[in-house]
Amino acid sequence: MFAYTLRRLLTAIPTLLMISLVIFLLVDLAPGSPMSEIPLTVPPEVRQKMIAAMGADQPVFVRYFLWLKQFFWVEPMYLLDHVFGTDFAHGAQRIISWQSKVPVFTLIGERLPQTLTVVGSAYLVGVLIALPIGIYSAYRQYSWFDQAGTFFAMVGFSVPTFFTGNVLILIFAVKLGWFPTIYDTNLTVEDWPSFYKMLMQMALPVTVLALFNAAEISRYTRSSVLENLGQDYVRTARAKGVREAPVLLRHVLRNSLIPVVTVIALGLPTVFGGAIVTEQIFKINGIGAALIGAINVSDLPTVQTITFIFAVLIVAFNLIADILYGILDPRIRYD
Amino acid sequence: MTDAVAPKRAAGPWAAVWAQFRRHRGAMAALILLGLLAAFVFIGPLLWRIDPNFIEKNTAKMFKMRNLAPSLAHPLGTDQLGRDMLARMMFGGRISLAVGTVAMLVAIFIGTTVGVLAGYFRRLDNWLMRLTDLFLALPLLPLLLVMMFLFRDAIAGVLGPRLGTFLLIVLAIGVTSWMQAARVVRGEVLALKEREFVLAARSIGTPDRRIILRHILPNVLSPVLVAATLGIAAAIITESVLSFLGLGFPPDFPTWGRLLYDGIGDIRTSPERVVWPGLAISLTVLSVNYIGDGLRDALDPRIRGR
Repeated sequence: MFAYTLRRLLTAIPTLLMISLVIFLLVDLAPGSPMSEIPLTVPPEVRQKMIAAMGADQPVFVRYFLWLKQFFWVEPMYLLDHVFGTDFAHGAQRIISWQSKVPVFTLIGERLPQTLTVVGSAYLVGVLIALPIGIYSAYRQYSWFDQAGTFFAMVGFSVPTFFTGNVLILIFAVKLGWFPTIYDTNLTVEDWPSFYKMLMQMALPVTVLALFNAAEISRYTRSSVLENLGQDYVRTARAKGVREAPVLLRHVLRNSLIPVVTVIALGLPTVFGGAIVTEQIFKINGIGAALIGAINVSDLPTVQTITFIFAVLIVAFNLIADILYGILDPRIRYD
Repeated sequence: MTDAVAPKRAAGPWAAVWAQFRRHRGAMAALILLGLLAAFVFIGPLLWRIDPNFIEKNTAKMFKMRNLAPSLAHPLGTDQLGRDMLARMMFGGRISLAVGTVAMLVAIFIGTTVGVLAGYFRRLDNWLMRLTDLFLALPLLPLLLVMMFLFRDAIAGVLGPRLGTFLLIVLAIGVTSWMQAARVVRGEVLALKEREFVLAARSIGTPDRRIILRHILPNVLSPVLVAATLGIAAAIITESVLSFLGLGFPPDFPTWGRLLYDGIGDIRTSPERVVWPGLAISLTVLSVNYIGDGLRDALDPRIRGR
């Protein structure tokens, strides 16, 4: 298991390096970069100073390696300092946002909690809805419940979240007035009324994201349970007189959840991508909104860093899914 | 002596596929729905002859024409500049469907090429599949947004805002969505390569290029068809997400996604301007997905004829 994990870890490193290079070069070499947006009326020597102040006068590869070093070395140091009150970083230069002139990671630290609250609870709710639906659909294959489940999963795949989100706003916020349309980020939960307010404002975005996730996960669960229901060990269990509930919940469920767990892990990064849209609909100022904001003012360091964080998430969860699969299913380890 | 009874001409393989497809009720309903939608956007403009970009020149009149509720003159009302929504829905639908189809063609072309090369030539396999894995690990939506923002003005400057945006979106979506097709095709090719007919072709000295074109490609047609159908749906969604985030088409060249984005500001007063485009996108994608599902069943010989 250790060798397996190590091998997976080692293959993740070149992938991450390649992705970081792709992201950096794509953003940096594009024609729409802010260097070309300095007005022509600015005198050349001032222009030179402006570019130098942004650190953009160095050759591309110097800037790339500096950015890599800052991302993987300097910023973790600051994180350690922040948590333990040490001084490892010695005031080394951090990745600075061109827009707000504060370190990009400070910005992300401010935005991440909102995204995590909404995305995390949405994913949890989605999984909790999807698993029972998937299991029961498989157990009663081709029943009306299964048919309805298939249809709703198809609708969940096909209807874009920006449409479901706006329809929900239209019905529940505009027409019925049950929920607020805009997410109030300044709200802190300290007592029951504020907790209730938090629940109310989270209801719509969480529903939108959860429905979208539940569609995919319930399909995977269904097919995985179906596959296991046809296995010999199920017939054996039934033949020796095990009741239906233990057969389904103890024997079948254990085995069929193995691929589902990996799908859940693999799906998490895509949810962050989906959160970009949801944050835009409900005006949540999370990390996705920060990305859109940075793109619109061509704040390159922020765009590069947030995009790369998404990439790190994808690679990390791929790794987690692989390792989980290895732990749960011993047959996988010896490939 | 027996008269050779001319055997009834065997129905071609496509007839069997069609017969199986017809038994998929969801897919048949979807096919009809998609046909109606296509008729709406392609034949509709022949009957409904209002210019989707017509804005009243007279400012006073234009102000009176803004945000009209549905009426006989404008069955879906008018938008914030007094343009007819029905005409804009037809116009936008044509562009949405065109983007979906062309982006799918780009993705399928790249995917099939990579898949066939990786499956057929062992030397390329490792590198091409690593490339595929790399693309799968890219954060696609953020990258698409960045690409749209950085290249839109530059390309629009060369090719004009309409053609430029169209090409950019189509290429960007195509380049970021070929990976599933490549994986499926590679798997098929790996199995096909070992089959006797390929061995036979090779033993009479057929060059690789001809083996690929004549023997391999026709046999990977079914998975490619399914991937292509599902690819159209995915491309339409991606384009509408870009438009929804304000990084898609310009407003005088709208897609359904762009129309929805334009309607968001007035969602309280005229919600139908959000609902119609959203419904059109959802129904199109839903029916394309159902058709893909039906095709997958119909093209699978293990299911067919059951």
